[in-house]
Amino acid sequence: MSKYWHVFNVGIQNTLVYRMNFLFRATFALIPLMGTLYLWRTIFASNPERGQIAGYSLASMTSYYLLVTVVDALTAVTEDDWQIAADIRDGRISQFLLKPLDYLAYRLCLFAAGRFVYTLTALLPAGVFLAIQHEYLVPAADWLAVGAFLLATVLTALLQFLMSYTMALLAFWVLEISTFIFIVYALEYLAGGHLFPLDILPAPLAQALNFTPFPYQMYFPVSIYLGRVSGREMWQGLAIQAVWVALAFFLARFVWRRGIRRYSAYGG
Amino acid sequence: MRQTDHPAKSPPSEPAREAAGQPAGLRRYAGVYAALCRNSVVREMSFKTNFLLWIVVELLWFALQLTFVAVIYQHTERIGTWTKWQVVLLVGASNLIQQLFTALFLSNCVQLSEHVRTGRLDFLLLLPVNARFLISLRQVDLGAFVNAASALTVMSYAAWQLHLTPRPLQILGFAALAAVGVSIHYSLMFLLASVSFWTVRAEGIVWGYYNLFNLARLPDAAFRPGAFKVVFTFVLPMLLVANVPVKLLIDRLSSPLEMLLLLGLAGACFAASEWVWRFSVKHYTSASS
Repeated sequence: MSKYWHVFNVGIQNTLVYRMNFLFRATFALIPLMGTLYLWRTIFASNPERGQIAGYSLASMTSYYLLVTVVDALTAVTEDDWQIAADIRDGRISQFLLKPLDYLAYRLCLFAAGRFVYTLTALLPAGVFLAIQHEYLVPAADWLAVGAFLLATVLTALLQFLMSYTMALLAFWVLEISTFIFIVYALEYLAGGHLFPLDILPAPLAQALNFTPFPYQMYFPVSIYLGRVSGREMWQGLAIQAVWVALAFFLARFVWRRGIRRYSAYGG
Repeated sequence: MRQTDHPAKSPPSEPAREAAGQPAGLRRYAGVYAALCRNSVVREMSFKTNFLLWIVVELLWFALQLTFVAVIYQHTERIGTWTKWQVVLLVGASNLIQQLFTALFLSNCVQLSEHVRTGRLDFLLLLPVNARFLISLRQVDLGAFVNAASALTVMSYAAWQLHLTPRPLQILGFAALAAVGVSIHYSLMFLLASVSFWTVRAEGIVWGYYNLFNLARLPDAAFRPGAFKVVFTFVLPMLLVANVPVKLLIDRLSSPLEMLLLLGLAGACFAASEWVWRFSVKHYTSASS
């Protein structure tokens, strides 16, 4: 266990180098967020006779996007998939086949370290922004919701990581995987609820999406916090999310084994 | 680096002809650009699958934006004063402008910091062509033209839904303003790239600029007067780039001054980028020495 703790520490030191880059990223990400918030504010103002749109008040809609930003900072995979693909392409993973170190666990530690540093850096710009928007920030329904939200966020992070990890392993077969990564990212962005809360979609469509892993990569934890899912439905959702994580884990293991068989250590 | 990654053989310098006046110079630059285009075609065609997949990626993101509009208009009749198909027209126009910018300039601007890092900039500065011209136009991204065509298709459909029958002059005006929009994106991106001589890595710039692109496809009426609107209208004119051309098409320009403003800001952005570029080159010390 201690060796992975060591990896985590090294990961923190390595990503600290990029702290300015992270700060830049976190700050710039606020611009489109503000754009979207203004857009919704105008939509609510254009429909003064209705206090709510699809069950969202202006405050809860604003909170939705703010929470997406927070969960995204905590769980998004940014560099890891590119690095894994590069490790494979350049033959650097050969060393992991020799060391008593599991590559998936190693990568997970680095991912955790990266998210830790990113969240710390994003705290400054995001904190200022949240403070400005505080009147629109609705509190969680109760402490149970907060706990479930945190648990679901951890599962979200695991799911995001495992899916990106598996995608990156495609580099065993294809030289250039960035297009695949972007295609999956586009699906996650839409079907995961980055663009808009999924329950403003027509009901059949929103239900159909629930059979995919995408809502569990973002929408689900946020909807717990906002109290849009609760009680039995929430526990069910958490169970389904855990199942997706387990499936993604086994898939990642499976693809890794197949990949290693194909691997011929270019340049390694 | 790819094999074809060196610039096209540049024609030998002909000071006599250059001195003879503009037309000869123009013809020479046209010749250089033609060679660069040929180079790009060859390069793209050697990675065909990848070329096609990138078109798919861009199409997906465009579809994503349109989905957003469709979903929003399930719940409202209008955003400010904009109706659904007007916003579709705007999203289409914004994508058209963005794709044309991508086709001509994007990858070139991004590569600038790479040129600095590897020291290839020395070589580019020494060539007997204007260095900014060469750096800005080295590669043409052909896939982006395909995506620009899909944007035009969506725009035509939206125009049909709006029962628009623009006059020829309006269409010409739209084309001209869209070109001005492309130039604004280019100037700002080149400015950012020039700044990155010193600081951020290239991915940082692209990523940062993509965030700004996001604003260009929102209707200006969605923004109430305030600091945000002022900054993104008068300093980084994202709220004008696509809005003004589309407003010309659908007859909702409040005054011709809006077009003048776009034009003026395009000039200002270009001047600013040229100033930063010159400043950067002046303070450039080669990477290899």
